[in-house]
Amino acid sequence: MTFMMPRYASPKRRPLRHARALALAGLLGLGVLLTGCTDPGWQTKDISGLMPPLAFELTDESGEVVEAEAFRGDATLLFFGFTHCHDVCPATMARLDSILDTLGAEARDDLRVLFVSVDPARDDPATLREYTANFGPEFLGLTGSEDQLDALTRRYRVTYGYGEKNAEGHYMVSHPSAIFAFDRDGEAQLLIRQDDAREAVVSDLRQLLASG
Amino acid sequence: MLEFERTLGVLLPWEFSPSWIAACLLAAGLYLRGLQRHRHQGRTVGFWRPFAFLLGVGAVYAVTQTHYDYLSQYMFFTHRAQHLALHHAAPFLIALAAPLPVLAAGVPSRLHHPPGRAAIVGILRPAYRLLQHPAMAPLLFVGLIYFWLIPEIHFDAMLSRELYQIMNWSMLLDGLLFWFLVLDPRTPQQGGLGYGMRILALLVVIPPQILLGAYLTFSENVLFDVYAVCGRAWPLSPLTDQQLGGLITWIPASMMSVAGVLIVIRSILSGKGDTHLGEPEQERGVPQP
Repeated sequence: MTFMMPRYASPKRRPLRHARALALAGLLGLGVLLTGCTDPGWQTKDISGLMPPLAFELTDESGEVVEAEAFRGDATLLFFGFTHCHDVCPATMARLDSILDTLGAEARDDLRVLFVSVDPARDDPATLREYTANFGPEFLGLTGSEDQLDALTRRYRVTYGYGEKNAEGHYMVSHPSAIFAFDRDGEAQLLIRQDDAREAVVSDLRQLLASG
Repeated sequence: MLEFERTLGVLLPWEFSPSWIAACLLAAGLYLRGLQRHRHQGRTVGFWRPFAFLLGVGAVYAVTQTHYDYLSQYMFFTHRAQHLALHHAAPFLIALAAPLPVLAAGVPSRLHHPPGRAAIVGILRPAYRLLQHPAMAPLLFVGLIYFWLIPEIHFDAMLSRELYQIMNWSMLLDGLLFWFLVLDPRTPQQGGLGYGMRILALLVVIPPQILLGAYLTFSENVLFDVYAVCGRAWPLSPLTDQQLGGLITWIPASMMSVAGVLIVIRSILSGKGDTHLGEPEQERGVPQP
């Protein structure tokens, strides 16, 4: 994958810089801006060159401090959520689990799914462990301090927030619904959305695992 | 102490961007310097024009280089309010202040004739003429609002830091072009656009904005998934977010045109007043022909 990186990264950056000059000069040619932005090889959103490589320091579900480097060598999927979530998170996790089944046992060995809880007040390591046990062994729960979570979400231009507590102390959490996919070198490759077709995700993950 | 840190956090930029800070400081600095020069020369500018100008520049700064920028990146309706400021309210105030003579007075005299000035003017003038053509300006004004709200383009613009900056800059620059055209303090005889054309330009941009705002407000589907994909600043229902954004695109945006028309009408009326009553220009608070 390393040797392929420049191929993905360079055609994207050049039109951007070009477009900036245009826009600042005269607001013309904005349509040019987005042409050639999507690599035809991927079916989900290509973010290589747009997002930085995977980096974080968080606490995993056994309470150990863990850094992103620990996952180099495997392709990684990064998803933000919270265990009290009852729509987007469990649906996404179950969907990923079933997609991994389709990919087969070999693929599963080379892929890690990192579930980052943005609700550390309710999600301690034990809660996370219990939660990820519902899914395959490649699912790992992570969380961290507010600063650690802010650093990671900011890095990928996403955010999260908390709603008002109700009488029972429950509250809603807003969190990104995107799944970020990184290659074996930790380079950002794809952004997978909720409404991406299953076949598209399967095909892209195959391609991601085949490289490098 | 905690309170202080929190206040500071709100006032500091979410994403430090030198271009916005430099542009705002330069505009305010030149203007204040120009004001001082004017005062030395015994020319009065009054209170309202400097107030409008500095308020406009301050608004640009506030929506781009404070924590407000965070909200406009992670919520649709706050994003629409940011564009309302950048494309409508702030450039409206800046143009209303008719600041060019004051800004020119603020430019250090050794910079009045920079090398290559003729070449730059030669290149920019035809482009400026084209953009300020009475048929082009309203098209660009509305077209840009629509362009950045094409869902796929909106997605990329909110995701990429570079595109986001291009989007916001394009909105401000186009806003300045449009409002400087329709609120031009020069009379048609002095080279300003005819008053009828100004009113027409202001009116013709209303229906497309109403259409777009109403479409966003009444749509039953979430049109912009980027806020779900990247997470919202707080858990607000996506449709509520979109409806609020639609209302902002619809009502205050169109009202700005109405305000513009009233000012043009006032220009027409007081233009007549000039010839009949010989009212001295400096005594009036709003830009006049």
